[in-house]
Amino acid sequence: MSVIEAKDIITKFDTRTIHDHVNFSINENEIYAIIGESGSGKSVLMKEMIMLASPTAGHINILGQNLQHITPRKAQELRRNWGVLFQFGALFSSLTIAENIELQLKEYTNISKKMRDKLVYSKLELVGLESYAGKLYPSELSGGMIKRAALARALAMDPKLLFLDEPTSGLDPIGARNFDQLIVNLRDLLGITVVMITHDLDSMFSIVDRMAVLADKHVVAEGTLENVLQSQHPFVEAFFKNEYTKQRFKGKIKDVQ
Amino acid sequence: MNEKYLVFEVYHDHIKLVSKGKWILETIRHIENILQSIPSDKKIIWDVSGVSEFDSAGILLFIEYLNYFEAQSKVKVTGYTSKQKEMYDLLKKQHKSKKTIHAYQESTLERIGKKTIHIYDDTKEMLRFFGELFSNLFYTILHPKEFRYKEMVYHIYHSGFSALMIVAITTFLVGMVIAYQGSVQLAKFGADIFIVDTVGISIVRELGPMITAIVIAGRSGSAYTAEIGAMKITEEISAMRTMGFDPYSFLVLPRIVALMIALPLLIFFADIVGIFGGMFASRMQLGISIEQFVNRLYEVLEVKHYILGMIKGPVFAFLIAAVGCFRGFQVSQNTESIGLHTTQSVVNSIFLVIAFDALFSVIYTELDL
Ligand SMILES: Nc1ncnc2c1ncn2[C@@H]1O[C@H](COP(=O)(O)OP(=O)(O)OP(=O)(O)O)[C@@H](O)[C@H]1O
Ligand SMILES: [Mg+2]
Repeated sequence: MSVIEAKDIITKFDTRTIHDHVNFSINENEIYAIIGESGSGKSVLMKEMIMLASPTAGHINILGQNLQHITPRKAQELRRNWGVLFQFGALFSSLTIAENIELQLKEYTNISKKMRDKLVYSKLELVGLESYAGKLYPSELSGGMIKRAALARALAMDPKLLFLDEPTSGLDPIGARNFDQLIVNLRDLLGITVVMITHDLDSMFSIVDRMAVLADKHVVAEGTLENVLQSQHPFVEAFFKNEYTKQRFKGKIKDVQ
Repeated sequence: MNEKYLVFEVYHDHIKLVSKGKWILETIRHIENILQSIPSDKKIIWDVSGVSEFDSAGILLFIEYLNYFEAQSKVKVTGYTSKQKEMYDLLKKQHKSKKTIHAYQESTLERIGKKTIHIYDDTKEMLRFFGELFSNLFYTILHPKEFRYKEMVYHIYHSGFSALMIVAITTFLVGMVIAYQGSVQLAKFGADIFIVDTVGISIVRELGPMITAIVIAGRSGSAYTAEIGAMKITEEISAMRTMGFDPYSFLVLPRIVALMIALPLLIFFADIVGIFGGMFASRMQLGISIEQFVNRLYEVLEVKHYILGMIKGPVFAFLIAAVGCFRGFQVSQNTESIGLHTTQSVVNSIFLVIAFDALFSVIYTELDL
């Protein structure tokens, strides 16, 4: 069953076309990556999926709702079903990490303060942060900790869908692999569907189930790594089949060819 | 000293150019000056063998003038090293593909056009902002439970209570100045006691509300713009939206309502302090005792003046807070734009305060109030 379906998305800024008939669909419980060059419109596509922007034309269906014709009430309901990790965290700088995570629980549920605290600290633990981090402000955290804290906030309401914009960029290699593992665990544990924008080859080769390659304003290849590697598109060739990747991921790439 | 880099000798049928020394970023300014003075009507023989050091800027300058000279007459270059040739070839390619971009001079008509479109866009955005604001306002009036009381109280404290000191000092001084200036004139007619009328009515009706509003525009209006603008840059506003928190009800409404409550209270306080200032100056200058002053004030200062001044409070507050928030949302993805919009926000709101004050005056006069 597909959780997200995008049909013929067209996006224009002034006269510049960013997307020209973009199509893809994301299945339940999979880790789906959107890849492509810088400036190919990945972040814009994500913004359109989370209703921060709307495409010039086309349809996006998420959890059975058509975003183009959604009522404010339904939209609000939908928002509670997803968590978003922004590229730079976007934590509320005037609140502590614990308050950041607690915010939605406080707004949308009537569970007790004690219970909320417990939930907050369980989320912190889930993403691998020490509990003292809860008392700090975002400006007092390192880049990697911010990513983790933002992930904890995105998970606060136990969403069905998780959107991640470049989750591993700016992390050290070990941290990045741990983060990948964390995402897999979350998917397995909580049964969520993960949509992520990434440039990280390691993530693509290890944790991603399916992916869409955005180039020349549309999706030039979609599917599992094997499917994508069959594409002859110049971007795919350059991205996956250069000397470095051939060396690094010898086994995987050879399997396909 | 320019001899160090370039010398040229003019012969009857050609010009001999000899480059030498360092052709690098630090020196090309001097070199260009000499190059400009070279006549280009004859064949040129350019010897570059003496160049001891060069960088991309030096080579670019060379290419630039080589092209220029070639366009006028024949040029022959001699004595280049292989390294120079390599760099020359590399830069030459870029030079060809990208024509030098001349500083583009906008015509007046174009500037007017751009400005007009900018004003049009600005107006559209403003209408949108007020549309969203009012729809949110009505929704909140119908669902008062969803109003953010806590945020409102926070802003009343920060925009109202914390401003007491500065408002007090400002209006006290203004009251004093009015009394000093007035007393000089009134003393000439021996109408000393009328200073009470002057101070009382002008402070309560006009100066109290206006001075307070201007102080608050500079203090809170700018803060609102900067706060919201910074949240926009760090994508906190986008994050709020994805979490289902509407920025209008979370950020805008509490600020506007808070200021609409705080400003009238501040004006009330400013009126009292301003009159104190006047009282103080009258006593120093004219020897009017506090008792005399208060008695006279009691006779002449009708409640209506006080009410007329007070009514302006919520209106000014709305203008200041709405403009502050509106400009904050206009901040785009760069830090410079926070400064720009904050300035604009303060200028706009002070102008609006003064304009609306004038409007109130006209209305009050027309209504014989
Ligand atoms: N608000 C906007 N107004 C105009 N153009 C925009 C706007 N937002 C994005 N763009 C343009 O859309 C294109 C795609 O931008 P986007 O941020 O989606 O790239 P991206 O694929 O996420 O790149 P990266 O990998 O570097 O993050 C860019 O050319 C950008 O200039
Ligand atoms: Mg991006």
